Amino acid sequence: MDEKKVNGLDKLVIGGHEFESRFILGSGKYSLELIKAAIEDAGAQMVTMAVRRANTGSGENILDYIPKDVTLLPNTSGARNAKEAVRIARLAREVGCGDFVKIEIMRDSKYLLPDNTETIKATELLAKEGFIVMPYMYPDLNVARDLVNAGAAAIMPLASPIGSNRGLCTKEFIKILINEIDLPIIVDAGIGAPSQACEAMEMGAAAIMANTAIATAGNITMMARAFKNAIEAGRLAYLSGLGRVLASGASASSPLTGFLQD
Amino acid sequence: MSETRTDHMAYMEGMEVLEPGIMEEVIKAMNAYDYNSYTAEDVKRALEKEMRNPRDFAALLSPAAMPFLEEMAQAAQKETRKHFGNSVYMFTPLYLANYCENYCIYCGFNCHNKIKRAKLNVQEMEKEMAAIAATGIEEILMLTGESRKMSDVKYIGEACKIARKYFKMVGLEVYPMNSDEYAYLHECGADFVTVFQETYNADKYETLHLAGHKRVFPYRMCAQERALKGGMRGVGFAALLGLDDFRKDAFATGMHAYLIQRKYPHAEIAFSCPRLRPIINNAQINPKDVHEMQLLQVIIAYRLFMPFASITISTRERAEFRDNVIGLAATKISAGVSTGIGSHTEEEIADKGDNQFEIADNRSFEEVYAAIKSRGLQPVTNEYVFV
Repeated sequence: MDEKKVNGLDKLVIGGHEFESRFILGSGKYSLELIKAAIEDAGAQMVTMAVRRANTGSGENILDYIPKDVTLLPNTSGARNAKEAVRIARLAREVGCGDFVKIEIMRDSKYLLPDNTETIKATELLAKEGFIVMPYMYPDLNVARDLVNAGAAAIMPLASPIGSNRGLCTKEFIKILINEIDLPIIVDAGIGAPSQACEAMEMGAAAIMANTAIATAGNITMMARAFKNAIEAGRLAYLSGLGRVLASGASASSPLTGFLQD
Repeated sequence: MSETRTDHMAYMEGMEVLEPGIMEEVIKAMNAYDYNSYTAEDVKRALEKEMRNPRDFAALLSPAAMPFLEEMAQAAQKETRKHFGNSVYMFTPLYLANYCENYCIYCGFNCHNKIKRAKLNVQEMEKEMAAIAATGIEEILMLTGESRKMSDVKYIGEACKIARKYFKMVGLEVYPMNSDEYAYLHECGADFVTVFQETYNADKYETLHLAGHKRVFPYRMCAQERALKGGMRGVGFAALLGLDDFRKDAFATGMHAYLIQRKYPHAEIAFSCPRLRPIINNAQINPKDVHEMQLLQVIIAYRLFMPFASITISTRERAEFRDNVIGLAATKISAGVSTGIGSHTEEEIADKGDNQFEIADNRSFEEVYAAIKSRGLQPVTNEYVFV
């Protein structure tokens, strides 16, 4: 079998690491005992985790519920600026969460929108320290380019406000990032339904990160599977090249090429 | 002759060397471009896309696209309207000097061609520029033959300073230079640099450029990057279609511009679309297989691939072709053109030096202006602030 392609699907490469799954699952907002099953049904190979939740001194530790063969993507949620994000990232590495880090910096507790400026700073600092940095950001082309230059391994633009399940509100801007940025564009935040995940993948997104949509579903594991299938379907559609959409009504304007000679 | 020819891929002393990344990628893509492998389906798919990638561009340049030229023109017109409305930009080229140290066998300025050589002195430049500015032109493109000796950077700089007084936008089409020299010319008032690669096929290039600085293929191909590093606002690209396989050359030109834009996203990108024209003292060179239809295909493919780029239509083409291509895909047109030295004034400097090539559209600024208007398009002489 083709090393690179399983069932026609290609691998996702982030910071030199290969993943067969293009579904990054969040581990917040649901019971710890359901995490493992959700990861399995999602087929996820990368799971995000808030460092602040792993860092509890007593009681249950979320880390114990995440299967060991899954790549951890600790996030810096709770950080309000670059300095705090760097501190949280270092802490994650110290407690054995590996080199991946998802930067989340919010200065707004109501909408939880990322602070792009501080995110660029944190990306640069952490990339220099050898982290594989995956910044969560508000989709802005100039910021995305700055993040590339700062050493990011992937770019994670939001689809709509985090936790809102409202889908691809920023679709046009994410498309621009997909077209212009050579790093994987991973749509993060706001994806509320498998159809939305599929649409983002058809557009050429490299992966989908989702949490609330699964965590708040009626049946968590079934929804995890639905997302897995939708993401794979979207990737296959993207790879195969979407069919042509015929415009309604012919344009019967006068020929523009009638002037040609020789 | 051949035993004395130098290695065209080796830099000469004093030439600034840049990372060859973009050059290598362009050449690789061009070599891999098999235009006969594209089908009508590829062309149709490319046509209806909102954003087109290099593969779509390749399909649009392929022979399979020829039967779709009308559909391509319709799509190109839509893109042009979307990005430029009905604006058409006007400029005039000014030839400062025709001394040349290169031996490009297809060019009327080449150093072995027996033509009348001349260069404008500072007073003559001023006269010529005043005459051009008086017609209403606000953008000038200044050209020289490629002689560092006879038209050195300082000489071009003086021309830029004078041009800044008369024009709002100053572009250069001169020999490639180092980034610090581009920075100096930018300081003097120039903001746009166009360098024709002529052909992207290095083997062919070598046989056409027998001597001189221009012989060094990579130095020429990295000129746009050096210009941007020197602070220029924009850069122009072109292959002289007909020198080699025009489809491959056009593909390489597009890829070159595409990769430069990705690496320098702030850069303004422009294409020129010259094809070979007969030159003085050489009746044998003919524009091989690039007929109007193929030329239009190339222009449209550039537009569909990079809808935001400026496309200039050459005076090598006849007036009717030019008038039909503006608004459709081209966005910039020259007027009041002479490719000789000292041709804009009627006095003693008039026609001091011979022309580089024969032009097919001799119309004045007013005539071109009126032609643009008559097509329902808006002539624009400037949209620019030098900062």
